[in-house]
Amino acid sequence: MANAIEVSGISKQFVLRHTRSIKETVVWLAKGRRGDLSKKFHALKDVSLDVKAGETVALLGFNGSGKSTLLKHISGVMLPDSGTVRTRGRVAGLIEVGAGFHHDLSGRDNVYLNGAILGMTEQEVNDRFDAIVEFAEIGEFIDTEVRFYSSGMYLRLAFSVAVHTDPEVFLIDEILAVGDEPFQRKCIDKIQELAERGKTLVVVSHDLDLVSRICARGVLLQHGNVLFDGPISEAVSRLRS
Amino acid sequence: MSSNTQELVQPGLGRGLADVARSRFLLKLLVRKELKVRYRGSVLGLLWSYVKPGVQFIVFYIALGVFLGLEKSPRNPDGLSNYAVYLFSGIVLINFFTEALGNAARSIVHNGNLIKKIYLPRELFPIASVWVSAVHFFPQIVVLVIACVFTGWQPGPFELLAAIAGFTIVALLATGLGLLFGAANVYYRDSENIVDMLLMIATWASPVLYAWTMVQRQLGDVAFAVYQANPITVGVELFHYAFWFPTTNGSSPMPPDLFSLWLPVGLVISVLVLVLGQITFRRLEGRFAQEL
Ligand SMILES: Nc1ncnc2c1ncn2[C@@H]1O[C@H](COP(=O)(O)OP(=O)(O)OP(=O)(O)O)[C@@H](O)[C@H]1O
Ligand SMILES: [Mg+2]
Repeated sequence: MANAIEVSGISKQFVLRHTRSIKETVVWLAKGRRGDLSKKFHALKDVSLDVKAGETVALLGFNGSGKSTLLKHISGVMLPDSGTVRTRGRVAGLIEVGAGFHHDLSGRDNVYLNGAILGMTEQEVNDRFDAIVEFAEIGEFIDTEVRFYSSGMYLRLAFSVAVHTDPEVFLIDEILAVGDEPFQRKCIDKIQELAERGKTLVVVSHDLDLVSRICARGVLLQHGNVLFDGPISEAVSRLRS
Repeated sequence: MSSNTQELVQPGLGRGLADVARSRFLLKLLVRKELKVRYRGSVLGLLWSYVKPGVQFIVFYIALGVFLGLEKSPRNPDGLSNYAVYLFSGIVLINFFTEALGNAARSIVHNGNLIKKIYLPRELFPIASVWVSAVHFFPQIVVLVIACVFTGWQPGPFELLAAIAGFTIVALLATGLGLLFGAANVYYRDSENIVDMLLMIATWASPVLYAWTMVQRQLGDVAFAVYQANPITVGVELFHYAFWFPTTNGSSPMPPDLFSLWLPVGLVISVLVLVLGQITFRRLEGRFAQEL
């Protein structure tokens, strides 16, 4: 199988303290740019990761270890300071529940908007609209403004739109936790079905039992470094110890 | 399988405005969202885009036309004939510019939550702002045309072309500056305030409320040429030519060389600003997600 994601040697630095005031900037310039205007740290440090098409990968690690940052690099939201990221086919990212949803719009409008944001054409959204609503089990709430949705309903609709974009690569960051038990099971079934159809999956979750069920491979991150990359069971036991 | 036929590509490297042309469906939805959200829970809805300029027009007309004596009347033979039409044709264009640039400059920060999480061509947001303003501009143009018809307007194809040219010049300028300030606003929120200031100046730095002849009398040749080169001035004068001039008896002077010189100059400047805005935007957009 060909690679669906190739991450080679990417590093990303973030600044710890932002200086936004003109005064401080002017003083800094006047002093001949001496000293650090802002402190930096590595959120990702020389991370390499090849994912084959059809693989299911879990990104594991403690809070702040760089998992979301890595996903954002794969989806193209962020660009690395050095190194390269390359992906094949349509990438759909569920980075957070309801990103791309607008509170003041109805569920219906949001399905269209979010579908378009994730790269669907008008024809595609029209064709899949019923399937999306059905999968989300939103029913009559589809014409309600989403500000009145519960967070679970949000998730259902967002997840449903995302799987129906038929992406080649599916990135999921920590969202399944919001759904209730039946819907979670439904999502997992769907995810497994996608994996069987050769779709690539990268999942971030702190629910280790859940990821053990979905993913075959685990990548352990710590302070922006890849600590371990191998079978999920070993990754989970390393993280637990 | 489809995944094998596709190439590996670097995500997050867009082609700028070219990508916007390819995302017309998304652009349409963003514009529609903007309009829906703006008038959510308001009784008058889109009617507000008639009411607001209407009131503004009445205030200016009474204050400037009547009190300050810019309107031509038996007691004031030096005034502008049909000052109401003169005023309104400039106001609709400057309102379009003000709204377009003001919203475009804020659009990236406003949509920060989305830009931080999902990759999409970010130029869409300033463009959508300009588009929304164009939607608001349309009813005003309708009101203007009705007013013109009542005052004896008989446009030829040349007048209509002048109006289209004027609108195009101003729209390109608003888009270019919107990209520039929208991107800068992510890093320095001061940029919003700079834009507000520019917009305040823009109304007075073009012959919207007064006649260009008054400027020429006060300024030297060089300064007046600079004044004329302002794309907004060109746009406003083209609108005067299209809507106001045909309603007068033709004795009011139009600026010299409007079509042979200033129209191309305004167009070129607007396009240059657009190119500059796009280049700056692309330079800065790589770090949008982390700065927002
Ligand atoms: N835009 C940003 N600017 C500055 N620092 C950032 C930015 N985004 C993330 N960071 C920092 O980078 C580090 C990694 O963040 P990241 O969100 O990738 O962690 P994570 O592994 O997803 O954590 P969690 O499990 O809590 O979701 C954190 O220390 C965070 O504070
Ligand atoms: Mg995270």
